[in-house]
Amino acid sequence: MLKTITKTLVGAVFAGGLLVPHAFAETTLNALFMAQAAYSEADVRAMTDAFTKANPDVKVNLEFVPYEGLHDKTVLAQGSGGGYDVVLFDVIWPAEYATNKVLVDVSSKITDDMKKGVLPGAWTTVQYDGKYYGMPWILDTKYLFYNKDILEKAGIKTPPKTWEELGAQAKTIQDKGLLKTPIAWSWSQAEAAICDYTTLVSAYGGDFLKDGKPDFQNGGGLSALKYMVDSYKSGLTNPNSKEFLEEDVRKVFENGDAAFALNWTYMYNMANDPKDSKVAGKVGVVPAPGVTGISEVSAVNGSMGLGVTAVSKHPDEAWKYIEYMTSQATQNQYAKLSLPIWASSYDDPAVTKGQEELIAAAKLGLAAMYPRPTTPKYQELSTALQQAIQESLLGQSSPEDALKTAAQNSGL
Amino acid sequence: MSSTWMTTRAWLLMLPLLVVMVAVIGWPLVDTVGLSFTDAKLVGTGGNYVGFDNYANMLSSSNFSRTLVTTTLFAVISVAAEMVIGVLAALLLNQQFHGRAVLRALMILPWALPTVVNATLWRLIYNPEYGALNAALTQLNLIDAYRSWLGEPGTALTALIVADCWKNFPLVALIALAALQAVPRDITAASLVDGAGPFNRFRFVILPYLAGPLMVALVLRTIEAFKVFDIIWVMTRGGPANSTRTLSILVYQEAFSFQRAGSGASLALIVTLLVTVLAVAYAALVKKTAGSAV
Repeated sequence: MLKTITKTLVGAVFAGGLLVPHAFAETTLNALFMAQAAYSEADVRAMTDAFTKANPDVKVNLEFVPYEGLHDKTVLAQGSGGGYDVVLFDVIWPAEYATNKVLVDVSSKITDDMKKGVLPGAWTTVQYDGKYYGMPWILDTKYLFYNKDILEKAGIKTPPKTWEELGAQAKTIQDKGLLKTPIAWSWSQAEAAICDYTTLVSAYGGDFLKDGKPDFQNGGGLSALKYMVDSYKSGLTNPNSKEFLEEDVRKVFENGDAAFALNWTYMYNMANDPKDSKVAGKVGVVPAPGVTGISEVSAVNGSMGLGVTAVSKHPDEAWKYIEYMTSQATQNQYAKLSLPIWASSYDDPAVTKGQEELIAAAKLGLAAMYPRPTTPKYQELSTALQQAIQESLLGQSSPEDALKTAAQNSGL
Repeated sequence: MSSTWMTTRAWLLMLPLLVVMVAVIGWPLVDTVGLSFTDAKLVGTGGNYVGFDNYANMLSSSNFSRTLVTTTLFAVISVAAEMVIGVLAALLLNQQFHGRAVLRALMILPWALPTVVNATLWRLIYNPEYGALNAALTQLNLIDAYRSWLGEPGTALTALIVADCWKNFPLVALIALAALQAVPRDITAASLVDGAGPFNRFRFVILPYLAGPLMVALVLRTIEAFKVFDIIWVMTRGGPANSTRTLSILVYQEAFSFQRAGSGASLALIVTLLVTVLAVAYAALVKKTAGSAV
């Protein structure tokens, strides 16, 4: 009897010994996100906690870096042999990431339901050469935010529909002494400046590339930069814009020091939060304006996706995590700082409630999203353009010359 | 016999360190030299041999010459200012007064701060909308409106130099202070009796004692300043319009942002070579000063 018990116990321990490690076999995923715009760090952590609760055998280590460090961190980690399983990537990187084998092709994992449910504009974020390199996650463009209070005081009934009108309204606000410099942009020597420039390029109907060669130095591309320079030189634009990133623009706007500001979705609910913002309840949002005879509205594709890296040892778990993060249920639950990629979400009262104005702007803006050029040499092109924009603003070079030089230095 | 044994023993004792040095410095360096003759990308393998193409392209690019000028300006001005401020601070802290110990400890603080923290701090100070510098200068009526210190090419580099000086003068001060303690009391007393004024006392009595240690500080700081990256990356990322882009930032862009590991390596080696030349020149200078001072 005793012997049997002992045997059973030994057997149980043995079996348990076999089972235990299995039941607790943990897969650890390393994921890289950004701590800037769109979903907040707290949101991403909450989503991830919900995922790990549902999948106790998977552990996810989260890391957050500023947008400016996201690309280099991803590439460096991979170059040094380590690296992440899941990375957030910007719409401008799939060409380079695919060419240099940073991300894996996940075309076979995109289901028909996904293809049908997700907005077509969102898919362009993750596609290169007909293949899918991840799931779109942040569907974003720059909107024109305005301070309702200041516009009302200036006697302006409706926000501007064209960029010209924006200038005229800003002039009125300036003339009435309401603000010295009514418009705020993010024109720091960074990608942020390219996003503002692209918005204007789309308004003026310009092209970045024609047959693979730079074309931004002609037509709409040139008009876009000229508009920026004119707005800067006329004093309607806050001169500090040339060292602003998006977060600086948000602070200026929230402080009531800007009547107009170009920024991403996330600013809407943040600027409407009375805890940090002096302009809560006075925040207006419309699609970025157009140009008479050329465009109704303008928009840049500033979306971002989640992808599985080529060095990941757990690609299946990584994809499961991405599926969860990009699912309609998750996205609808956290739709305050970033809007869902799913078409039907925009008619779901749970998503639209309390932000009807933003949703209305999104319907127009997201449909007009204009892409930055798709090329493996995007970083060089962008760096050259950033320099051109800054040199023109500072008066070191005319927009014509600056863009011509950028075209030569673009590596294309 | 004993001298041979001494030599052998010295080498034996150094061996473990040498092995580590070769592993962590020597091997990557050799690898970088190899890389610099290829067109390798950052991710992926190999790359083809391209001879001296990378070097030729880098040295002839306008980016390189402009960046070299910026780096030299930054290094020369910031190191010169740090030396002057450092020595003055050391002279002050070498006086007898109450609270000297507290001040000496406080002075170390900026130097002990991580560079990134320091850079973030100064970014806030220079902020064009709510920065402390703008507030102070307007309240003192020195400027009539808030200015964009880091957004104008004319002031951005100066603003960076000030931030760098604030962080690094304590190192010079510390070295100078240590050297000042070694100045014999009787000599300074004798010079007083002989009627030497404060300037002459400093020039002929104190400075000879300081020269050697200050040379060491100068070498260290110049090399560091020439390689500057972090403070600039955090504060301006090389902007506005590339007016604060230094050689290290150019290396970073080339190798990591543009993923051209080959030409990035060649540029990094050019910078290494420049710094080595500086270091050797200084070392010779140190030897000379040390010889004449004693």
